[in-house]
Amino acid sequence: MHSGLTISQADPRPMYLQIKEQIRHRIALGDWKPGREVPSIRALAIELRVSVITIKRAYAELESEGVILTHHGKGSFVAEAEGLSTDLQQQELDDHLVAAARLAKLLGIDETELAARLRRAERKAEKK
Amino acid sequence: MSSAGLIVEMRNVSRRYRFFSLQDVSLQLAPGQIMGLVGPNGAGKSTTLRILMGLVPADTGEVRVFGHSMQTEQALAKKNIGYVSDDMRLFGQATLEWHMKFVASIFPGWDPAYAAKLLERFNLKPAQPIKGLSHGEHMKALLLLVLARRPKLLVLDEPTTGLDPVARHELLTELMDVLKDESRSILFSSHNTADVERISDQITFIDRGRIVDCNDKEAFLENWRRLRLDLHDGATLPAADGVVDVDVTGRIATVTTRRYAPEMHQVYRGAGAIVQEVQRMTLEEIFVATVMASRKEPAE
Repeated sequence: MHSGLTISQADPRPMYLQIKEQIRHRIALGDWKPGREVPSIRALAIELRVSVITIKRAYAELESEGVILTHHGKGSFVAEAEGLSTDLQQQELDDHLVAAARLAKLLGIDETELAARLRRAERKAEKK
Repeated sequence: MSSAGLIVEMRNVSRRYRFFSLQDVSLQLAPGQIMGLVGPNGAGKSTTLRILMGLVPADTGEVRVFGHSMQTEQALAKKNIGYVSDDMRLFGQATLEWHMKFVASIFPGWDPAYAAKLLERFNLKPAQPIKGLSHGEHMKALLLLVLARRPKLLVLDEPTTGLDPVARHELLTELMDVLKDESRSILFSSHNTADVERISDQITFIDRGRIVDCNDKEAFLENWRRLRLDLHDGATLPAADGVVDVDVTGRIATVTTRRYAPEMHQVYRGAGAIVQEVQRMTLEEIFVATVMASRKEPAE
Protein backbone atom coordinates (compact mmCIF):
# COMPACT_ATOMS: atom_id res chain seq x y z
CA MET A 1 0.00 0.00 0.00
CA HIS A 2 1.83 3.10 -1.24
CA SER A 3 0.78 6.04 0.92
CA GLY A 4 2.18 8.86 -1.22
CA LEU A 5 3.13 10.80 1.93
CA THR A 6 6.40 12.70 1.92
CA ILE A 7 8.83 14.11 4.46
CA SER A 8 10.80 17.26 3.87
CA GLN A 9 13.97 17.93 5.78
CA ALA A 10 13.73 21.60 4.84
CA ASP A 11 10.34 21.81 6.59
CA PRO A 12 10.74 23.39 10.03
CA ARG A 13 7.88 21.29 11.42
CA PRO A 14 8.95 18.07 13.14
CA MET A 15 8.58 14.92 11.07
CA TYR A 16 5.71 13.48 13.11
CA LEU A 17 3.71 16.67 12.53
CA GLN A 18 4.34 16.60 8.78
CA ILE A 19 2.99 13.05 8.65
CA LYS A 20 0.02 13.89 10.84
CA GLU A 21 -1.01 16.89 8.79
CA GLN A 22 -0.69 15.03 5.49
CA ILE A 23 -2.90 12.23 6.77
CA ARG A 24 -5.51 14.72 8.03
CA HIS A 25 -5.41 16.42 4.65
CA ARG A 26 -5.93 13.15 2.77
CA ILE A 27 -8.93 12.36 4.95
CA ALA A 28 -10.27 15.92 4.60
CA LEU A 29 -10.09 15.60 0.82
CA GLY A 30 -11.94 12.30 0.99
CA ASP A 31 -8.96 10.47 -0.51
CA TRP A 32 -8.90 8.24 2.51
CA LYS A 33 -12.51 7.36 3.25
CA PRO A 34 -13.96 6.41 6.65
CA GLY A 35 -13.29 2.76 7.42
CA ARG A 36 -10.30 2.62 5.08
CA GLU A 37 -7.30 0.86 6.52
CA VAL A 38 -4.30 3.16 6.99
CA PRO A 39 -0.77 1.78 6.49
CA SER A 40 0.64 -0.06 9.50
CA ILE A 41 3.13 1.93 11.60
CA ARG A 42 6.02 -0.23 10.49
CA ALA A 43 5.06 -0.21 6.79
CA LEU A 44 4.80 3.57 6.77
CA ALA A 45 8.12 3.91 8.63
CA ILE A 46 9.81 1.75 5.99
CA GLU A 47 8.19 3.59 3.11
CA LEU A 48 9.11 7.06 4.40
CA ARG A 49 12.48 5.94 5.82
CA VAL A 50 11.76 7.43 9.22
CA SER A 51 11.87 5.72 12.59
CA VAL A 52 8.97 3.65 13.85
CA ILE A 53 8.72 5.85 16.94
CA THR A 54 8.02 8.94 14.79
CA ILE A 55 5.09 7.27 13.03
CA LYS A 56 3.84 5.92 16.37
CA ARG A 57 3.72 9.45 17.73
CA ALA A 58 1.79 10.75 14.69
CA TYR A 59 -0.72 7.87 14.91
CA ALA A 60 -1.15 8.27 18.68
CA GLU A 61 -2.14 11.90 18.21
CA LEU A 62 -4.45 11.16 15.29
CA GLU A 63 -6.07 8.53 17.44
CA SER A 64 -6.54 10.82 20.42
CA GLU A 65 -8.13 13.37 18.09
CA GLY A 66 -10.54 10.71 16.88
CA VAL A 67 -9.27 10.79 13.30
CA ILE A 68 -8.12 7.19 13.19
CA LEU A 69 -8.95 4.11 15.25
CA THR A 70 -6.61 1.30 16.12
CA HIS A 71 -7.90 -2.22 16.66
CA HIS A 72 -5.08 -4.15 18.24
CA GLY A 73 -3.92 -6.95 16.03
CA LYS A 74 -6.05 -5.71 13.13
CA GLY A 75 -4.49 -2.40 12.23
CA SER A 76 -5.55 1.23 12.09
CA PHE A 77 -8.53 2.65 10.20
CA VAL A 78 -9.95 6.04 9.31
CA ALA A 79 -12.63 6.74 11.91
CA GLU A 80 -16.25 6.24 10.84
CA ALA A 81 -17.41 9.39 12.65
CA GLU A 82 -20.22 11.18 10.85
CA GLY A 83 -18.96 14.21 8.95
CA LEU A 84 -15.33 13.64 9.92
CA SER A 85 -14.07 14.73 6.54
CA THR A 86 -16.11 17.96 6.72
CA ASP A 87 -14.89 18.61 10.29
CA LEU A 88 -11.32 18.19 9.18
CA GLN A 89 -11.85 20.54 6.26
CA GLN A 90 -13.34 23.13 8.64
CA GLN A 91 -10.40 22.66 10.96
CA GLU A 92 -7.97 23.07 8.08
CA LEU A 93 -9.66 26.31 7.06
CA ASP A 94 -9.44 27.59 10.64
CA ASP A 95 -5.74 26.72 10.76
CA HIS A 96 -5.14 28.75 7.59
CA LEU A 97 -7.11 31.68 8.96
CA VAL A 98 -5.18 31.66 12.23
CA ALA A 99 -1.92 31.65 10.28
CA ALA A 100 -3.16 34.56 8.14
CA ALA A 101 -4.27 36.51 11.22
CA ARG A 102 -0.89 36.00 12.84
CA LEU A 103 0.94 37.23 9.76
CA ALA A 104 -1.38 40.24 9.50
CA LYS A 105 -0.60 41.19 13.10
CA LEU A 106 3.11 40.88 12.40
CA LEU A 107 2.76 43.17 9.37
CA GLY A 108 0.60 45.65 11.29
CA ILE A 109 -2.50 45.06 9.13
CA ASP A 110 -5.74 45.87 10.95
CA GLU A 111 -9.01 43.93 10.95
CA THR A 112 -10.75 46.02 8.30
CA GLU A 113 -7.90 45.75 5.86
CA LEU A 114 -7.52 42.02 6.51
CA ALA A 115 -11.24 41.52 5.76
CA ALA A 116 -10.89 43.57 2.57
CA ARG A 117 -8.00 41.46 1.48
CA LEU A 118 -9.94 38.29 2.21
CA ARG A 119 -12.72 39.54 -0.09
CA ARG A 120 -10.17 40.26 -2.79
CA ALA A 121 -8.78 36.74 -2.37
CA GLU A 122 -12.30 35.33 -2.69
CA ARG A 123 -12.82 37.17 -5.98
CA LYS A 124 -9.49 35.89 -7.23
CA ALA A 125 -10.44 32.30 -6.33
CA GLU A 126 -13.80 32.63 -8.12
CA LYS A 127 -12.12 33.75 -11.35
CA LYS A 128 -10.01 30.59 -11.40
CA MET B 1 13.02 -2.65 31.87
CA SER B 2 13.50 -6.36 32.26
CA SER B 3 16.49 -7.78 30.46
CA ALA B 4 14.48 -10.65 28.96
CA GLY B 5 14.15 -10.38 25.20
CA LEU B 6 16.77 -7.66 24.78
CA ILE B 7 18.97 -7.98 21.71
CA VAL B 8 21.87 -6.04 23.18
CA GLU B 9 22.61 -5.46 26.81
CA MET B 10 25.79 -3.74 27.96
CA ARG B 11 26.02 -3.22 31.69
CA ASN B 12 28.47 -0.86 33.38
CA VAL B 13 31.22 -1.55 30.89
CA SER B 14 34.56 0.15 31.50
CA ARG B 15 37.86 -0.07 29.70
CA ARG B 16 40.98 1.89 30.52
CA TYR B 17 43.65 2.87 27.99
CA ARG B 18 46.66 5.09 28.56
CA PHE B 19 45.10 8.21 27.00
CA PHE B 20 41.44 7.32 27.02
CA SER B 21 39.00 5.47 29.16
CA LEU B 22 35.49 4.27 28.57
CA GLN B 23 33.55 4.63 31.81
CA ASP B 24 30.48 2.81 32.98
CA VAL B 25 28.74 2.41 29.63
CA SER B 26 25.31 0.77 29.68
CA LEU B 27 23.16 0.21 26.57
CA GLN B 28 19.96 -1.68 25.91
CA LEU B 29 18.45 -2.46 22.53
CA ALA B 30 15.08 -4.16 22.05
CA PRO B 31 14.03 -6.20 18.97
CA GLY B 32 12.74 -4.24 15.99
CA GLN B 33 14.47 -1.03 17.05
CA ILE B 34 17.17 1.20 15.63
CA MET B 35 19.60 2.88 18.01
CA GLY B 36 21.88 5.69 16.91
CA LEU B 37 25.10 6.26 18.83
CA VAL B 38 26.20 9.86 18.45
CA GLY B 39 29.43 11.41 19.67
CA PRO B 40 32.29 13.68 18.66
CA ASN B 41 35.56 12.24 17.34
CA GLY B 42 37.35 10.24 19.99
CA ALA B 43 34.26 10.02 22.23
CA GLY B 44 34.42 6.22 22.45
CA LYS B 45 31.81 5.17 19.85
CA SER B 46 34.09 2.71 18.05
CA THR B 47 35.52 1.38 21.31
CA THR B 48 31.99 0.77 22.60
CA LEU B 49 31.05 -1.13 19.44
CA ARG B 50 34.30 -3.13 19.48
CA ILE B 51 33.68 -4.17 23.08
CA LEU B 52 30.12 -5.09 22.13
CA MET B 53 31.52 -7.28 19.33
CA GLY B 54 34.00 -8.95 21.69
CA LEU B 55 36.93 -7.61 19.64
CA VAL B 56 38.25 -5.78 22.69
CA PRO B 57 37.68 -7.16 26.19
CA ALA B 58 36.10 -4.92 28.81
CA ASP B 59 37.99 -4.40 32.08
CA THR B 60 34.74 -4.55 34.01
CA GLY B 61 31.06 -4.92 33.21
CA GLU B 62 29.01 -7.33 31.18
CA VAL B 63 28.03 -7.64 27.50
CA ARG B 64 25.19 -9.88 26.36
CA VAL B 65 23.89 -10.23 22.81
CA PHE B 66 20.76 -12.35 22.18
CA GLY B 67 21.11 -13.34 25.82
CA HIS B 68 24.55 -14.88 25.28
CA SER B 69 27.56 -13.58 27.15
CA MET B 70 30.13 -12.03 24.81
CA GLN B 71 32.86 -13.05 27.28
CA THR B 72 32.03 -16.75 27.57
CA GLU B 73 29.77 -17.63 24.61
CA GLN B 74 31.20 -15.46 21.87
CA ALA B 75 30.54 -17.83 18.95
CA LEU B 76 26.86 -18.14 19.86
CA ALA B 77 26.50 -14.43 20.53
CA LYS B 78 28.07 -13.48 17.20
CA LYS B 79 26.32 -15.94 14.91
CA ASN B 80 23.54 -13.51 14.16
CA ILE B 81 25.42 -10.22 14.09
CA GLY B 82 26.60 -8.35 11.03
CA TYR B 83 29.35 -5.86 11.88
CA VAL B 84 30.84 -3.23 9.62
CA SER B 85 33.32 -0.53 10.52
CA ASP B 86 35.04 1.85 8.15
CA ASP B 87 38.52 0.63 9.15
CA MET B 88 37.80 -2.92 7.90
CA ARG B 89 39.71 -3.96 4.79
CA LEU B 90 38.71 -6.56 2.21
CA PHE B 91 41.39 -8.44 0.22
CA GLY B 92 42.71 -5.98 -2.35
CA GLN B 93 43.68 -8.62 -4.94
CA ALA B 94 40.32 -10.40 -4.90
CA THR B 95 37.10 -9.25 -6.56
CA LEU B 96 33.84 -8.41 -4.83
CA GLU B 97 32.35 -11.57 -6.36
CA TRP B 98 35.08 -13.66 -4.72
CA HIS B 99 34.20 -12.08 -1.37
CA MET B 100 30.52 -12.74 -1.91
CA LYS B 101 31.18 -16.45 -2.58
CA PHE B 102 33.46 -16.58 0.44
CA VAL B 103 30.87 -15.08 2.80
CA ALA B 104 28.10 -17.24 1.28
CA SER B 105 30.17 -20.38 2.02
CA ILE B 106 30.41 -19.47 5.73
CA PHE B 107 26.96 -18.08 6.48
CA PRO B 108 23.94 -20.27 5.73
CA GLY B 109 21.62 -17.25 5.80
CA TRP B 110 23.24 -15.72 2.68
CA ASP B 111 20.55 -14.57 0.25
CA PRO B 112 21.88 -14.54 -3.36
CA ALA B 113 18.83 -12.76 -4.79
CA TYR B 114 19.09 -9.98 -2.20
CA ALA B 115 22.85 -9.74 -2.84
CA ALA B 116 22.12 -9.23 -6.57
CA LYS B 117 19.59 -6.53 -5.74
CA LEU B 118 22.09 -4.77 -3.47
CA LEU B 119 24.76 -4.84 -6.21
CA GLU B 120 22.35 -2.92 -8.37
CA ARG B 121 21.21 -0.54 -5.63
CA PHE B 122 24.75 0.28 -4.54
CA ASN B 123 25.96 0.47 -8.15
CA LEU B 124 28.80 -2.03 -7.57
CA LYS B 125 30.48 -4.30 -10.13
CA PRO B 126 31.13 -7.84 -8.88
CA ALA B 127 34.07 -8.48 -11.20
CA GLN B 128 36.01 -5.42 -10.03
CA PRO B 129 39.05 -6.08 -7.82
CA ILE B 130 38.71 -4.51 -4.37
CA LYS B 131 41.92 -2.48 -4.71
CA GLY B 132 40.32 -0.38 -7.47
CA LEU B 133 37.38 0.71 -5.30
CA SER B 134 37.01 4.21 -3.90
CA HIS B 135 36.51 4.65 -0.15
CA GLY B 136 32.75 4.95 -0.60
CA GLU B 137 32.59 1.87 -2.85
CA HIS B 138 34.65 -0.12 -0.36
CA MET B 139 32.17 0.84 2.36
CA LYS B 140 29.24 -0.18 0.15
CA ALA B 141 30.95 -3.52 -0.59
CA LEU B 142 31.35 -4.16 3.15
CA LEU B 143 27.70 -3.28 3.76
CA LEU B 144 26.54 -5.55 0.94
CA LEU B 145 28.51 -8.50 2.35
CA VAL B 146 26.83 -8.02 5.73
CA LEU B 147 23.28 -7.10 4.62
CA ALA B 148 22.95 -10.09 2.26
CA ARG B 149 23.47 -12.43 5.25
CA ARG B 150 20.29 -11.00 6.76
CA PRO B 151 21.65 -11.02 10.33
CA LYS B 152 19.28 -10.37 13.23
CA LEU B 153 21.48 -7.55 14.52
CA LEU B 154 23.42 -5.05 12.45
CA VAL B 155 26.24 -3.20 14.20
CA LEU B 156 27.47 -0.45 11.92
CA ASP B 157 30.31 1.89 12.85
CA GLU B 158 29.99 5.12 10.83
CA PRO B 159 28.24 3.43 7.88
CA THR B 160 27.38 6.64 6.04
CA THR B 161 30.81 8.29 6.28
CA GLY B 162 32.30 8.74 2.82
CA LEU B 163 29.09 7.84 0.99
CA ASP B 164 27.70 10.21 -1.62
CA PRO B 165 24.11 11.44 -1.12
CA VAL B 166 22.64 8.86 -3.50
CA ALA B 167 24.44 5.96 -1.82
CA ARG B 168 23.41 7.29 1.60
CA HIS B 169 19.80 7.40 0.49
CA GLU B 170 20.03 3.81 -0.79
CA LEU B 171 21.65 2.67 2.45
CA LEU B 172 18.97 4.29 4.62
CA THR B 173 16.34 2.59 2.45
CA GLU B 174 18.01 -0.79 2.99
CA LEU B 175 18.35 -0.21 6.73
CA MET B 176 14.65 0.64 7.07
CA ASP B 177 13.84 -2.40 4.94
CA VAL B 178 15.59 -4.56 7.53
CA LEU B 179 12.86 -3.57 9.98
CA LYS B 180 10.15 -5.30 7.96
CA ASP B 181 11.18 -8.21 10.11
CA GLU B 182 10.23 -7.11 13.62
CA SER B 183 12.82 -9.33 15.25
CA ARG B 184 15.74 -7.52 13.63
CA SER B 185 17.58 -4.55 15.15
CA ILE B 186 20.24 -2.05 14.19
CA LEU B 187 22.85 -0.29 16.31
CA PHE B 188 24.84 2.30 14.41
CA SER B 189 27.21 5.14 15.16
CA SER B 190 27.42 8.31 13.17
CA HIS B 191 28.30 11.93 13.36
CA ASN B 192 25.77 12.63 10.67
CA THR B 193 23.00 13.66 13.04
CA ALA B 194 20.48 14.15 10.19
CA ASP B 195 20.67 10.42 9.38
CA VAL B 196 20.41 9.49 13.05
CA GLU B 197 17.48 11.87 13.58
CA ARG B 198 15.62 10.39 10.68
CA ILE B 199 15.80 6.67 11.29
CA SER B 200 16.61 6.08 14.98
CA ASP B 201 14.08 5.09 17.62
CA GLN B 202 16.59 5.36 20.45
CA ILE B 203 19.46 7.80 20.63
CA THR B 204 22.51 7.64 22.84
CA PHE B 205 24.92 10.56 23.16
CA ILE B 206 28.47 9.73 24.13
CA ASP B 207 31.29 12.13 24.98
CA ARG B 208 34.74 11.63 26.49
CA GLY B 209 34.13 7.97 27.16
CA ARG B 210 30.83 8.42 29.00
CA ILE B 211 27.18 8.26 28.03
CA VAL B 212 25.85 11.78 28.53
CA ASP B 213 22.23 11.10 27.60
CA CYS B 214 20.03 8.34 26.23
CA ASN B 215 16.37 8.54 25.33
CA ASP B 216 13.86 7.82 22.62
CA LYS B 217 14.11 10.24 19.73
CA GLU B 218 10.69 11.82 20.07
CA ALA B 219 11.40 12.58 23.74
CA PHE B 220 14.62 14.39 22.82
CA LEU B 221 12.88 16.47 20.16
CA GLU B 222 9.89 17.18 22.39
CA ASN B 223 11.69 18.19 25.57
CA TRP B 224 14.39 20.48 24.23
CA ARG B 225 13.56 24.08 23.31
CA ARG B 226 15.35 27.36 22.80
CA LEU B 227 13.47 30.42 24.14
CA ARG B 228 14.02 34.02 23.14
CA LEU B 229 13.05 36.54 25.78
CA ASP B 230 12.82 40.33 26.00
CA LEU B 231 14.04 41.59 29.37
CA HIS B 232 12.49 44.56 31.16
CA ASP B 233 14.76 46.93 33.08
CA GLY B 234 16.42 45.21 35.98
CA ALA B 235 15.01 41.79 35.15
CA THR B 236 17.05 38.81 36.29
CA LEU B 237 16.10 35.38 35.02
CA PRO B 238 15.09 32.99 37.78
CA ALA B 239 16.83 29.63 37.84
CA ALA B 240 14.69 26.96 36.23
CA ASP B 241 14.97 23.20 36.28
CA GLY B 242 16.38 21.80 33.06
CA VAL B 243 17.92 25.02 31.76
CA VAL B 244 21.37 24.23 30.37
CA ASP B 245 22.37 27.56 28.93
CA VAL B 246 21.46 31.23 29.33
CA ASP B 247 22.90 33.86 27.05
CA VAL B 248 22.06 37.51 27.70
CA THR B 249 23.02 40.25 25.25
CA GLY B 250 21.61 43.68 26.03
CA ARG B 251 17.89 43.21 26.68
CA ILE B 252 17.53 39.94 24.87
CA ALA B 253 18.09 36.56 26.48
CA THR B 254 18.36 33.14 24.86
CA VAL B 255 17.59 30.22 27.14
CA THR B 256 18.20 26.60 26.19
CA THR B 257 16.28 23.99 28.17
CA ARG B 258 16.15 20.20 28.17
CA ARG B 259 12.77 20.18 29.96
CA TYR B 260 10.50 22.70 28.29
CA ALA B 261 7.11 23.33 29.87
CA PRO B 262 4.60 26.10 29.01
CA GLU B 263 4.57 27.12 32.72
CA MET B 264 8.03 28.61 32.19
CA HIS B 265 6.41 31.56 30.41
CA GLN B 266 4.61 32.62 33.61
CA VAL B 267 7.67 32.17 35.78
CA TYR B 268 9.73 34.35 33.45
CA ARG B 269 6.95 36.93 33.09
CA GLY B 270 6.85 37.29 36.89
CA ALA B 271 10.53 38.16 36.75
CA GLY B 272 10.05 40.80 34.05
CA ALA B 273 11.05 38.67 31.06
CA ILE B 274 8.63 38.08 28.20
CA VAL B 275 9.02 34.95 26.08
CA GLN B 276 8.89 36.13 22.47
CA GLU B 277 9.66 32.89 20.69
CA VAL B 278 9.89 29.18 21.41
CA GLN B 279 12.03 27.24 18.97
CA ARG B 280 12.36 23.53 18.42
CA MET B 281 15.88 22.22 18.06
CA THR B 282 17.41 19.76 15.63
CA LEU B 283 19.06 16.64 17.00
CA GLU B 284 22.42 18.18 16.10
CA GLU B 285 21.70 21.27 18.21
CA ILE B 286 20.45 19.09 21.06
CA PHE B 287 23.56 16.96 20.83
CA VAL B 288 25.94 19.93 20.92
CA ALA B 289 24.04 21.50 23.84
CA THR B 290 24.12 18.20 25.74
CA VAL B 291 27.87 17.82 25.27
CA MET B 292 28.57 21.44 26.24
CA ALA B 293 26.39 21.10 29.35
CA SER B 294 28.02 17.85 30.41
CA ARG B 295 31.50 19.34 29.97
CA LYS B 296 30.56 22.25 32.25
CA GLU B 297 29.66 19.90 35.09
CA PRO B 298 32.51 19.36 37.52
CA ALA B 299 34.24 16.01 36.99
CA GLU B 300 33.47 13.40 39.63
